[in-house]
Amino acid sequence: MKILVCISKTPDTTAKIAFTDNNTKFADAGVQFIVNPYDEWYALVRALELKEAGVASHVTLLTVGAADAEPIMRKALAIGGDDAIRVNAESSDSFYIASQIAAVATEGSYDLVLTGKETIDYNGSSIGGMVAELLNQPFVSLATKLDIAGGTASLSREIEGGEEKLETSLPLVVSCQKGMAEQRIPNMKGIMGARTKPLAVKEPVAVEALTTVVSFEMPPAKSGVKLVSADTPEELIRLLHEEAKVI
Amino acid sequence: MVLIFADQADGQIKKSTFEALSYGSKLAAQLGTTAEAVVLGAVDNASLEALGNHGVSKVHHDANAAFNQFDAQVYTKAIAALATQAGAKVIVFSSNTSGKALAPRLSANLKAGLVSGAIALPDTSNGFVVKKNVFSAKAYANVQLLTDVKIIALSPNAFGVHATGGTAAVTAVSLPADSGKIKVTAVEKVTGTVPLGEAELVVSGGRGLKGPENWGLVEDLAKAMGASTACSRPVADAHWRPHHEHVGQTGGAIAPNLYIAIGISGAIQHLAGVNRSKTIVVINKDPEAPFFKAADYGIVGDAFDVVPKLTEAVKKLKGIA
Repeated sequence: MKILVCISKTPDTTAKIAFTDNNTKFADAGVQFIVNPYDEWYALVRALELKEAGVASHVTLLTVGAADAEPIMRKALAIGGDDAIRVNAESSDSFYIASQIAAVATEGSYDLVLTGKETIDYNGSSIGGMVAELLNQPFVSLATKLDIAGGTASLSREIEGGEEKLETSLPLVVSCQKGMAEQRIPNMKGIMGARTKPLAVKEPVAVEALTTVVSFEMPPAKSGVKLVSADTPEELIRLLHEEAKVI
Repeated sequence: MVLIFADQADGQIKKSTFEALSYGSKLAAQLGTTAEAVVLGAVDNASLEALGNHGVSKVHHDANAAFNQFDAQVYTKAIAALATQAGAKVIVFSSNTSGKALAPRLSANLKAGLVSGAIALPDTSNGFVVKKNVFSAKAYANVQLLTDVKIIALSPNAFGVHATGGTAAVTAVSLPADSGKIKVTAVEKVTGTVPLGEAELVVSGGRGLKGPENWGLVEDLAKAMGASTACSRPVADAHWRPHHEHVGQTGGAIAPNLYIAIGISGAIQHLAGVNRSKTIVVINKDPEAPFFKAADYGIVGDAFDVVPKLTEAVKKLKGIA
């Protein structure tokens, strides 16, 4: 069984968010980029666990991005994976990205495509569902557990106010979140080994974008905290009731 | 026509649906067209007609038992068929757990541009541009949908629920209902509390509470307010509280009307999960806690002293002292 893990390059969770070029571009100067945490901690690590358990035979990492995404792919390969593919294209349109992933998944006949539940930059939660539709495969979103035995996948997924357990067949697309696996810190052997793992570059398939980002903006600044003395906590309740009107 | 997906579970319309209906009907008014809803699976007729209270004139209902369990692949085919047949120009979802599976599938199926996590009605003065949360709600993006048919997945609790009065006309429809590849084997619901994602009031605790044995403080305040409880990542990781209560970058992202953080310093990863809350209250004994910068109200003080007094004040306010 072959697994394709989708990896996205995102700004570090603590990065300062600002925009340039008349608010049309993320200001990436001085920003440290990381592997999108949901892709790394949950999708990638679970794929590696499935390989270690003898369920999967091959784990390929995939990103859609420019050459500057390669250091991120090496970081991901240091955690694990047999090889990597970079589709040489940049887009903010989920459908464009998903179409590239679907093309790679079809060409490589992958049995399982894993994504993180969302990226921490665009927060789209869209790629997995689009890939599944393009491949005409079942999709399990926001999954917290994934096991595979005898060609059947058993999963848990988040629903409003709880969890649903379900079974389905392969091939399959899953978006992964907390619960699926635990973060792994790459060791020196992994970091050294990642340098020589194959990283193939593919040109994109022709697809029209369905959306475009016109501009970014910052939310209105908070007016500042109103402090209430610890000696009169009941004053806070009065403010919440009469001023903020939330209770 | 604006078509709103009215999401149900166990025959009950989900709370987030009412917000999607309110948004969809306002959008229809803006575009000078009608708002209609689609419901898949068994729901009683009175509940379907009542969707008219949120501005839809018509409800397309397919009661086929094949829809009683959720399978995004099966649902998408049915919604796509109806949207095409009924001539929907915009399809609206709540970006809840079903919407996050359905909206992208439908987008790929219809080749219709999708904006997910929308927080406002579109600006149609120059194209069709929808504002959405990006960078974990630290910024907004204005996304233009370039296709004729458009899909909007609304960020929960971003728009609010509006009641218009009225009842909807219910039309029985027969949509494609494939036998799906997904078999639900069990559903485990956390009972007794409002699902965190739907809660309007949330009381949350962090490491400052020192141990699980002190959670009575949080629970008493939450109970007095009718709030749900949540926690920070270190608390969930230490198994003081169950993982489903964890809010933050890697846990759940929530947007209640009121978020009260007790003994939580406010690391940027925690803020990413809660900064869409309308009002944030921080209680921390450290005046330098970064959370105060993101808060609307704060008390610098010892939670063990302050929180019981808050609970008493809430009880007094509600006349339950």
